[in-house]
Amino acid sequence: MEVSITVNGSTYSRDVEPRTLLVHHLRDNLGLTGTNVGCDSSSCGACTIHMNGESVKSCTVLAVQADGQELTTIEGLSAVAEAEGISTGDQNWHPMQEAFQQCHALQCGYCTPGMVMASTSFLKENPNPTEEQIREGLEGNLCRCTGYHNIVKAVQSVAGGAS
Amino acid sequence: MTAVMGTKMLRKEDPALLIGENKFIDDIHAPGELWMGMVRSTMGHAKILSIDTSEAEAMPGVTAVYTGAQLADMGLWLAPLPCAWPVTEDMVNPPHNPVCVEEAKHVGDIVAVVLCNDRYGAADAAEKVIVDYDPLPAVGSLEAAVANEVMAHSDLETNKAFHWPLIPDPEGTEKAFAEAAHTVKAKFVQQRMIPSPMEPRGCLAIPSPAGGEITFYSATQIPHILKVMIAATTGIAESKIRVIAPSVGGGFGGKLNVDPDAILSVTLANHLGVPVRWTEARTEAAGSSHQGRGQIQHMEVAADENGKISSVRVHIDADMGAYMMLITPGVPLLGSFLYTGVYDIPNLAFTCDGHFTNMTPTDAYRGAGRPEASYAIERIMDMLAGEVGITPEEIRARNYINGGEAFENHEAASTLIFDSGHYRPAHDKALEMVKLADLRAEQARRREAGEAKQLGMGMCSYVEICGLAPSRALGGLNYGAGGWEHATVRLLPTGKVEVVSGSTPHGQGHETAWSMIIADKMGVDPNDVEVLHSDTAKSPLGLDTYGSRSLAVGGVAIAMAADKVVEKAKLIAAHQFEAAPEDVQFEAGAFSVAGSPSKSVHIQELGFAAFAAHDLPDGMEPNLQEQVSFDPPNFAFPFGTHVAVVEIDTETGGVELIDYVAVDDCGHQVNPMIVEGQLHGGIVQGVAQALFEEAVYDEDGNISNPSFMDYLVPSAMEVPSMQLDFTVTPSTTNPLGVKGAGEAGTIGSAAAVMNAVCDALSPYGVTDMDMPATPKRIWEAINSNGGAA
Repeated sequence: MEVSITVNGSTYSRDVEPRTLLVHHLRDNLGLTGTNVGCDSSSCGACTIHMNGESVKSCTVLAVQADGQELTTIEGLSAVAEAEGISTGDQNWHPMQEAFQQCHALQCGYCTPGMVMASTSFLKENPNPTEEQIREGLEGNLCRCTGYHNIVKAVQSVAGGAS
Repeated sequence: MTAVMGTKMLRKEDPALLIGENKFIDDIHAPGELWMGMVRSTMGHAKILSIDTSEAEAMPGVTAVYTGAQLADMGLWLAPLPCAWPVTEDMVNPPHNPVCVEEAKHVGDIVAVVLCNDRYGAADAAEKVIVDYDPLPAVGSLEAAVANEVMAHSDLETNKAFHWPLIPDPEGTEKAFAEAAHTVKAKFVQQRMIPSPMEPRGCLAIPSPAGGEITFYSATQIPHILKVMIAATTGIAESKIRVIAPSVGGGFGGKLNVDPDAILSVTLANHLGVPVRWTEARTEAAGSSHQGRGQIQHMEVAADENGKISSVRVHIDADMGAYMMLITPGVPLLGSFLYTGVYDIPNLAFTCDGHFTNMTPTDAYRGAGRPEASYAIERIMDMLAGEVGITPEEIRARNYINGGEAFENHEAASTLIFDSGHYRPAHDKALEMVKLADLRAEQARRREAGEAKQLGMGMCSYVEICGLAPSRALGGLNYGAGGWEHATVRLLPTGKVEVVSGSTPHGQGHETAWSMIIADKMGVDPNDVEVLHSDTAKSPLGLDTYGSRSLAVGGVAIAMAADKVVEKAKLIAAHQFEAAPEDVQFEAGAFSVAGSPSKSVHIQELGFAAFAAHDLPDGMEPNLQEQVSFDPPNFAFPFGTHVAVVEIDTETGGVELIDYVAVDDCGHQVNPMIVEGQLHGGIVQGVAQALFEEAVYDEDGNISNPSFMDYLVPSAMEVPSMQLDFTVTPSTTNPLGVKGAGEAGTIGSAAAVMNAVCDALSPYGVTDMDMPATPKRIWEAINSNGGAA
């Protein structure tokens, strides 16, 4: 069936099977491969994107459910930041992307897009979190490389910068 | 120009990863590609009576369905999947074909393969293949394998695959135990672990339109080894195989195998002339990717009245799983040399029996044999401390090699030579950072007050073997390859430097680290360095990444090749200066002649001179390109002391890791930021073994927790921020003085956490507990004594 979804500011109308997962629609049909798939039980959060500004696991949403919605993926995050008047610096990155590099919050980078999307959405809900709140807020996103230490630091640094 | 090595330079890898621009295996597609859907055994052990493929064949998009028997008849491969480490001459190694024909040996064993033009269609069609099984008795645990009453392979008369001894001085060991004032004996269980890199495995084989060449993309740690093994297994000439590891989303040992999917995709693509691919589903991985650990350790120590240890005696039963994979039987042996730990123990008697079970094959997982060894010696040290009546720190202090003072070239009881060590500073620093005295006071107060939440502190002083490996040593262990690494360094006409490395990163930041080494060696900006890797067409020689070897072997090869480039460039500079080479100095990238300030040239300016070759010294070959295959003379032995602090809720059995201190020594560091990251992640994987993760099988060989819903990879909630520090004791094995850091965290942390758990529970008479220390296990341990402390 025909679905029309706005992703990173562009609207895409495509014919999809009703069972197609949003993450596969983004990756296989729209070529937005920055969003990754790490599990099949909605546990790991590698596929986290924003739907209408809130984080969702795109493996738990059908493409048809996203019909008419506005999505942001890692590829479009800096443009959203710019539109919100947030400085994106020399590299044209969202501050969270910058913080992830500065704090060495990524190693293999597979969980990173989902982790960055979850972190930005989390800080919108809770701009001045404690360390424990950050850890709780990112509970749905797994990382096997970093032990979370530097991810927490990266989120803290953006939160601190924003406050 | 100041030194770049030793600084926390930000990673060159990050920008592409942070905007989703890099390509992981599932991001890469080829026109006309077919997806493999694997029909996997749902039985631990069963005869295959019949397979009905008709319904699957009729599904839209399905181009073929092959049963195991059909694939075997097609003659696609010459040999079963390889085991490169036949640890003994008489090791039993039943053939492990990419698909099984008559008998399935574990849940996940491939029974048939579907090809479909669509991701979902392949999965659907695989489900429509009807397999009629006749269940056979299964070996669903290591204990059952050892009991040897049911056979994992119906055509074998035993489950035992090999017996491997390392007993340098049998009489010395006997004597030590006979004369000991204290002996402690314990049995430790190393549960099966699922490596779980966040990126599942996957592959894509693309045949060339003509010429019979295959380009094979794989989420692998070992493109070079894979290329050789694909050639040996399929008969396709090495010259026709190109293996590319694109961005790889973590490995931890889980991606260093030659798996059925690799051979199936390559041979089917070759046979059909179309691209063939596969992406592993996470839940599928429990049966399609090898697992780690899986050992029962029987450990004994003998000590004098002061707790000075005279001997260690250990027997291991190791779970091979259903088949031998690439290095399955060698994994427990990698630990054999470390059962004496950081201690001056004159005698070691080690034996290992490998056993087949009807479970997923085991192989390397972060640390591979060494976390197990470190766990056994470090747990039993605490038990011995209790026996002697001294503290855990005191028992260690009394036993450290050279009394904890600095040493070089220490011959351990295993006969290995430890390159360098200095154990006491890390020990002292770690105890100081964690504030042990304060914690002990608080622990005593809570015990006295009978509070529900009790504290436990546990330490672990580990040593590990890394920098795998001297080729001769591997030969002595009957390993089927060498342990060198290759590097090429080119100074290009534009003045940029191109480094070709045989190491294969999957998150370690090699491009950054190698650029930093070149920056210091050649005096160039690290951004002027391009690193080529992970593609056998660009980097034909290599032995890849595992065993904390990339820097200590591959990085050293790069440094040595850079030195050779500088040496040759110096001759060109001398020629341009009309000076004797011995009068030419090299500093911060510039060649100059002492006392003649006008005579100076930067090395990058010589790239074009060497390329144009208009005016080179007589007899000199054009171009500045040098190669080194570095075969290390010895392993490297990093070490450190870790301390874990846990809080246990004695009412619920809940356990929380509330602090973690690690002081590690991996010799000189190229990029301390990367080292810290490796330790953070490594530590949490060991914590996960201690507290959360276990692949649970029933007696029929069914795994009950294959998904991330039940297999508990820790989240940010389960671990604290960590306190890290370092000491620096350069390795004597290589000219950079570097060791490895990739596995150290995991090797130190499981024992530290379990020592802390046992410390917290000591008032309840608990001296040991199996991993993972779940709330249920803890609650039962507390309440088995009626709950009375």
